[in-house]
Amino acid sequence: MFPELIDTRPLRRSIDEGLNWVVRNWGDGFEAAARPLLILLNAIEGLLVATPWWLIIGLLALIAWLATRRWQLPTVVAAALFLVGLMDLWRDAMSTMALMLAATITAIIVSIPVGVAMSRSFNVRRAMTPLLDLMQTLPSFVYLIPTVMIFGPGKIPALIATIVYAAPPLVRLTDLGLRSVDPAVMEASRAFGTNPTQRLFGVQIPLALPTILAGVNQTTMMALAMVVIASMIGAGGLGYQVLQGIGRLEVSRGLFAGLGIVVLAIVFDRITQAFGKQLQGKIGLSEQRA
Amino acid sequence: MSETNQNDQLAIRMQGVTKIFGSDPRSALALLRSGKSKSEVQSQTNHVVGLDNVSLDVAKGQIFVVMGLSGSGKSTLIRHVNRLIEPTAGEIFVYGDDVLKMSLEQLRSYRRTKVAMVFQKFGLLPHRSVLDNVAYGLEVRGVDKAKRLDEAARWIEVVGLSGYENSKPRQLSGGQQQRVGLARALAMDTDIILMDEAFSALDPLIRSGMQDQLITLQKELNKTILFITHDFDEALKIGDRIAVLKDGALQQVGKPEDIVLKPANEHIEEFVREVNKARAIHVRSIMERGEFEPCDYTVPATARCEDVLPYFAEHQWVGVTDDGGHQVGRVTAKRVIGALARYTPGVG
Repeated sequence: MFPELIDTRPLRRSIDEGLNWVVRNWGDGFEAAARPLLILLNAIEGLLVATPWWLIIGLLALIAWLATRRWQLPTVVAAALFLVGLMDLWRDAMSTMALMLAATITAIIVSIPVGVAMSRSFNVRRAMTPLLDLMQTLPSFVYLIPTVMIFGPGKIPALIATIVYAAPPLVRLTDLGLRSVDPAVMEASRAFGTNPTQRLFGVQIPLALPTILAGVNQTTMMALAMVVIASMIGAGGLGYQVLQGIGRLEVSRGLFAGLGIVVLAIVFDRITQAFGKQLQGKIGLSEQRA
Repeated sequence: MSETNQNDQLAIRMQGVTKIFGSDPRSALALLRSGKSKSEVQSQTNHVVGLDNVSLDVAKGQIFVVMGLSGSGKSTLIRHVNRLIEPTAGEIFVYGDDVLKMSLEQLRSYRRTKVAMVFQKFGLLPHRSVLDNVAYGLEVRGVDKAKRLDEAARWIEVVGLSGYENSKPRQLSGGQQQRVGLARALAMDTDIILMDEAFSALDPLIRSGMQDQLITLQKELNKTILFITHDFDEALKIGDRIAVLKDGALQQVGKPEDIVLKPANEHIEEFVREVNKARAIHVRSIMERGEFEPCDYTVPATARCEDVLPYFAEHQWVGVTDDGGHQVGRVTAKRVIGALARYTPGVG
């Protein structure tokens, strides 16, 4: 056995008491600060639920067509979503889609500026990398519990946990994409007297967009991977059906809801990937013909 | 140097420019100044000497070629002119302005208005059309849209890419892409154009066409062009003056003939040995000056040795005329052979 060199009990007690103190004194403040997230999530969910099912299927099929300009992907998307409706999971699928969309939108808003900062400063990158590692590897229950203590069970902690889990790949890929822009193009831009902002918006972001979009794709996938855990603290949706299926030993319920999650994953994965490919065709691999 | 009286004509003046790459260039610089060689400095301090005390004067309106093998520091040198690289020591003046004293904002405005650059790897923006690429410099300068697109279209026509305005760079061949790079630099309408191995990535035939076009454009527009190349033939073809760089230090600066006829050291002689001398040497530099009987055939003084060779099949003498058509000298087959065969100082 490893010898007990120091007594960690006081430390642990103070952490626990510290958290309790935070919950007591700042809990309301945190809840108020997170309200915009809740408003965003509810707005998306309200919109998705209020929209007729055929319109949503039609819109997603249209987006799929815009991304590929072929009929195959829209057909698959429409058929898969129709299947979700057949399995009587439409309402739950809309909740889950709303959670995923809200998490992805928030992650995009937060991650891209962070990725930009990382790509520009070695120190920011050095500070952020371990934090991102932590966000991706720390078991989500570890931060789920304090979040629930602060915000109370419900949609806010579910959304926050989803964002924490889903944002890191987007941050990393934004940073990577911006830094791997062809140095010859960057130098040419510099030689013409651009300032850093002009280079960021005129050269780096347009050229890194396929990589950033790959990050968005990863974020949507990871957000969907969190739905079951998120439903444990009150997110509802397909994840909740899976949980109920497990709890009641109803394999069919779990299986159907699980398939529903897979359908959403496939739909959003293929659509975002197709957009990435389209973008890459527009810009990528341009200087290979020298 | 013979051009000290033309100081006001100088476009670019570099004085003792030294560049050392590494974490502590100052201490390496002290070592270099104490007389250590480039390789000694590198082995002792792990610092790379990019440029070693380079002084250059580039007169207005000439094509000045800097020639050197890879690793000779020629690309480092050209990047000092628009300060893409900061020197460790030395001074750089462009039209009398001290480039190194410029603030960041001044430097950007200097890059936007005074120097344009063409790159070996083109450096085109792949997400923009040819037209928008050529207009890029003007866009950065803040020229309004209608005007910059007009200008860009005009230069696209000059470089012979009409019809490709809306293509993306990736749809063009290497030669066409470099024409876009050239048009982008020309559209800036700067007095100085920096060309970093601009034609090195192109096929020989296309390269030769681009060289001819550059010479023509330069005569029309009277730009000052600092041209970097590793190709001695290219240097001889387009250069009004040539500087040879080796290990970051200048070996020789002079007119193309000076370098071919009087190579300053063995390193340059090695280049000269490989080159087509008949094309490099002008008849004016090997002719006998003076009054002679008029010859049956004459060539202008700017003709090259290869131009007079055919006449020797039937004639002993070929006259050399000045711009006005007066015969100012003559060449013999013997003289040409002498110039082409051996390079003892004093020929001509």
